[in-house]
Amino acid sequence: MSAHEPIAGIGETHLLPPNMTFNDVTEAVARVTENKAPRGWWFLFIGALLFLGVLNAALGYLLATGVGSWGNNSPVAWAWDITNFVWWIGIGHAGTLISAILFLFRQKWRTSINRFAEAMTIFAVMCAGIFPGIHTGRPWFDYYMFPLPNQMSLWPNFKSPLMWDIFAVSTYFTISFLFWFTGLIPDMATLRDRSKTRVRRMVYGAMALGWRGSNRHWRNYERAYLILAAISTPLVLSVHSIVSFDFATSVLPGWHTTIFPPYFVAGAVFSGFALVLTLLVITRQVFQMQEIVTIKHLDLMNKFMLGTGTLVGYAYAMEFFIAWYSGNPYEWHVFRFNRLALTAEGFDGTMWWAYWAMISCNVLVPQIFWFKRMRTSIPVMFVASILINIGMWFERFVIIVTSLHRDFLPSSWGYFSPTLMDILLYLGTFGLFFTCFLLFIRWMPMIAIAEVKMALPAADPHWVPGHGDEGEDQDHAPATEPAPAE
Amino acid sequence: MQIFPRELNYLPLIGALGAAIAGGVVVFVFWYFFSPKNLQVGYSPEQPINYSHALHAGDLGIDCRYCHANVETSQEAMIPPTQTCMGCHAVVEAPTEAGAAELTKLRDYWERGEAIPWVRVHKLTETAYFDHSAHLAAGVGCVSCHGRVDQMEVVGVREPLAMGWCLECHRDPEPSLRPRDRVTDMDWEPGDEAEAALVADISTISPPEHCSGCHR
Repeated sequence: MSAHEPIAGIGETHLLPPNMTFNDVTEAVARVTENKAPRGWWFLFIGALLFLGVLNAALGYLLATGVGSWGNNSPVAWAWDITNFVWWIGIGHAGTLISAILFLFRQKWRTSINRFAEAMTIFAVMCAGIFPGIHTGRPWFDYYMFPLPNQMSLWPNFKSPLMWDIFAVSTYFTISFLFWFTGLIPDMATLRDRSKTRVRRMVYGAMALGWRGSNRHWRNYERAYLILAAISTPLVLSVHSIVSFDFATSVLPGWHTTIFPPYFVAGAVFSGFALVLTLLVITRQVFQMQEIVTIKHLDLMNKFMLGTGTLVGYAYAMEFFIAWYSGNPYEWHVFRFNRLALTAEGFDGTMWWAYWAMISCNVLVPQIFWFKRMRTSIPVMFVASILINIGMWFERFVIIVTSLHRDFLPSSWGYFSPTLMDILLYLGTFGLFFTCFLLFIRWMPMIAIAEVKMALPAADPHWVPGHGDEGEDQDHAPATEPAPAE
Repeated sequence: MQIFPRELNYLPLIGALGAAIAGGVVVFVFWYFFSPKNLQVGYSPEQPINYSHALHAGDLGIDCRYCHANVETSQEAMIPPTQTCMGCHAVVEAPTEAGAAELTKLRDYWERGEAIPWVRVHKLTETAYFDHSAHLAAGVGCVSCHGRVDQMEVVGVREPLAMGWCLECHRDPEPSLRPRDRVTDMDWEPGDEAEAALVADISTISPPEHCSGCHR
């Protein structure tokens, strides 16, 4: 009897190949950290380091010169800085969704991708955190944002959504990091036990926190994991809701919208899945992980993108409808003339291209995933995931810049053009992200070894009523007490 | 196999305690040692001429406004020009030898037509807008911010001039107010009922507490 049969009885198939053993998983994941890095890794890593250098140079220049070196100016006081912040923090949402919500919903397919996605979350939040810190203009006063005692009688203004942001994002980072690290402990112990050199043993041993895999360790670990999942679950929804309050609590047409919190959360999960997919598709190919991250996993992720992408599309439509239905001429102006900008004579507006880039990438592109052939085609999903991330960047750009550039007062209307500094800073954050990411896949178990093992058929023995002969059934019966002799 | 010694089990505890203590120390150091209370109070630079406020404003009882003449009408109290000194010292001589030496310096500056390089003592941050005339008009005495200048041989900073210190008074100005004509009186004490009645009606002054009140 193959391990495949029992669940076939209830119409399911295994996620992972039925003949895969525990050792196969350990080998497949651990060898990446033990073997020499492939040449391509070095190539990418040096590239990432170069971009990290660009980031440092750009930040240094910014600190020395000030935010005047950006294209932001009245009336567009927020532009690429906050666009990039929201974009990066949105990307972070896939990690917590996969690791927390899918965990609570017992979605076993999460095990092959959760580590990867969680790591991305942490790196993305790091990139996101740069922008609010520097957009204040005088980052050396950023400590004003924390409730620290001082002799200026200064206390954070808790009525400000920008303050909520600080607390939401820092909580999110802390919890995501703890969650990620907790999950890593058993795998770090695996790497420690396989170590051949003293340095590796010390480093992985330190990170394994003395894990011996005893029953008590597992019990504590699983309890901690469950609690962290429960704490992270509301965070998935709250963080981007709070980010959306930065806009929604203002009175600017195009920002002042009650639909923002759910709309932002859906968009965040959408973009997060897209970036996870972009990187996963490459990584599984390069490191030969196709057996662990199967096409079925990718298929499920594409379904998520279809779902969240359609939610986002619904939000766009509803925003538009409300702008019309509310009868508020300012609101309608923003949507009709600043964003849609479609007239009988063609496009008539200055920012229509951003809105239409957003609609095509975020609403139209994911619709291809209604078809299974598209959901299981790697080139298709790769291109689609990149387009979706471009679209999601444009979404934030559209919300921020098109709303600001033409507000209530026509005499103050303006236009936004990025400067070289805007561009370099944005590209630089990719350097930070990919440097961290490449170091992660090189030195850490990029797939949750212990958790994937739990999803293997061998870890999940089934007994289906009526299956097998009488003799086998008795073997499965619980041995409570010996049957009394008659 | 044991990789690390057993004692390392205490590391997390020690680390957490250490981090908590270190965090507290850093906050305390910034809060206290980097504050104007610590950095400003007591600043008392050496001046080009040993001019004694204790002698002029204290013993001789010259009103502050005799020299700082713009204080009621302008943002700056102003440092008096050398003419103001010479108004008296063209004829008034010092009773002591040390005093005579200082007067010689003064007259030398005067004859050379050179400004006396007085060193500014009370400095507010450039980001704060402060107006002397507004404070005097409301009935805030000189002594409230500058201390007993009439007892200082060398003028120094006595109050922190920190934002929190400003706000303390802006939030509750009443105790610092006095009759409009007693603002330069260094000895004035509240308590005289007839005088207290002359204190400006609190409802007519509204010291700003919002950011742009001072950071314009």
